[in-house]
Amino acid sequence: MLRQLKHALFPVALVLFAAFGPFVLEPFDLVNLSAFSAMAIAALGLAFVWGTLGILNLGHSVFFGLGAYAYAIAVSNLGDSTLAVLIGTLLPVAFSLILGYFLFFSRLGDVYLGVITLCVTLIFYSFMTSTADPSFHIGPVPLGGFNGITAVPSLNMPGDPQAFLSTEATFSICLLALAGAYILLSFLRSSDAGRIMTAIRESELRSELLGYDIRFYKLVGFAVSAAIAGLGGALYTAVMGFVSPNVFDLPQASQFVLWVIAGGLGTFVGPVAASFGFQLLSSQLGANQIFNTELIFGATIILFVLLAPQGLLPMILKLSKPRFQNRSGILRRKEKPA
Amino acid sequence: MSGAPILATRGLVKRFGGVAAVDGVDLVVTAGEIRCLIGPNGAGKSTLFKCLTHQHQPTSGHVLFEGQNLQGLATHRIARLGIAIKNQIPSIYANLDVRENIRLAALRRGLPKRELDRVVELALEEIGFDDRRAKQPAATLSHAHRQWCELGMLLASDPRLALLDEPTAGMTRDEMLKTVDIIKRLNARATVIVVEHDLEFIARLAQRVTVLHRGKVLVEDTMDKVEANETVRDIYLGRKKEAIHAER
Repeated sequence: MLRQLKHALFPVALVLFAAFGPFVLEPFDLVNLSAFSAMAIAALGLAFVWGTLGILNLGHSVFFGLGAYAYAIAVSNLGDSTLAVLIGTLLPVAFSLILGYFLFFSRLGDVYLGVITLCVTLIFYSFMTSTADPSFHIGPVPLGGFNGITAVPSLNMPGDPQAFLSTEATFSICLLALAGAYILLSFLRSSDAGRIMTAIRESELRSELLGYDIRFYKLVGFAVSAAIAGLGGALYTAVMGFVSPNVFDLPQASQFVLWVIAGGLGTFVGPVAASFGFQLLSSQLGANQIFNTELIFGATIILFVLLAPQGLLPMILKLSKPRFQNRSGILRRKEKPA
Repeated sequence: MSGAPILATRGLVKRFGGVAAVDGVDLVVTAGEIRCLIGPNGAGKSTLFKCLTHQHQPTSGHVLFEGQNLQGLATHRIARLGIAIKNQIPSIYANLDVRENIRLAALRRGLPKRELDRVVELALEEIGFDDRRAKQPAATLSHAHRQWCELGMLLASDPRLALLDEPTAGMTRDEMLKTVDIIKRLNARATVIVVEHDLEFIARLAQRVTVLHRGKVLVEDTMDKVEANETVRDIYLGRKKEAIHAER
């Protein structure tokens, strides 16, 4: 019961923030935090597929980017944002099923899988940058090459394309979507299917010998992560009002990985916290122009791998644990060295 | 002991490059029996097991399980038919607790929740793990307890045929005796084929013994007859028995 309560704490905090944030924050901060939330949603997708299933997807940005472009193209064609967000979520799923089929049914090793997914996102980057010619368009929307698609309509009331949502409402929706993604993934992780996925991460051989089709579970998990990343991408584009090929590029791809490592692989709260922290840092550094942002991120990732390889959240929990153990008198693990 | 074969291999061959680790094995195992598979190192025992579960694809030959040809089936499909295996190297979920390990083994059977819990607790009881032990991460278990944890997983998965590759390797005599009990429980529900070197263990369990040598079946008989067989003594048992006598 206490454990369940602890799990509910984080989404409840997000919902409260979604409700009261608009009353205390400036519009500029609201827009920033909306974008951060959209990114954090995408990071959750990676935290799930990597932390629960053990699939190191270095090209997670491909799903984020596909969601972002799908939203931009769909909303400009359809006029209504609700369906566009749905398309932004489902298109990456369709792509992940095709890509995942080849990745998992050919039984690629972890490293090759990471390299291939990274290549895939860079191929999209490369392709999208070469679409400057006006002949590249979908409906009335030119793909725009390096500049991407600009003046993308933001979110509107479902069914009423003229009624655009306010900055405050968009902020609340982004945070609620983050809370929703968190709850959904937490629920999935603790379900029987999620426990089988955890088992597959622990030992593929044992899981196969028990009769589980690991390719199937990996494909499903991959598709779920793509959906979450696509939702993040769609919301990000809706908040920012534009999308460029940079959503597919190397810095974007490595940021998701950095956040998950820094926040703590295997947790969900950690990567969300890390994504907010690093984006805040990034926007501060960007505003000051003192340091190269990517240099700082590169140094941070090295420091984390060296000093806190388990990530921030597990490290904090570990440091705070001995005290709790003494209080409740549970010292079982210390008595019994393996 | 109905006499119906549960498993039959015909001319099973597994080549690694030029070496035939399994070289034309014809093995018939009757439903309900405990069969011991013995043979010196490199005789092809573990490779045979891995061929039966398609962890290795056989180079040629057939495996019939309850009359069904296993050719072309993926490893997880074979597990679903009811063949469970404990490889020589213990393979458990080290970072999950023992109960979760066993629950994952039972989960695939698609039982209702209450029945699932019952099966898990029964398996824990059968391997003699109390609640404290069941909550322990599998990585913190001792060697023997790891083997029992894996046997518990096999019990919970309710197989038709269980393949056990050296379940008592590295155990003390007491631990070996406990393992014999667990395997007898397993045998009450499933046919068992076990690879072992421990003669006392074999004597306590097996009705029939198959001797593998250089990838082929050398002899198949009762333990007494196998022990008396000169060729077997020469290649394997003789040396081993002398070593045991020398120890005493």
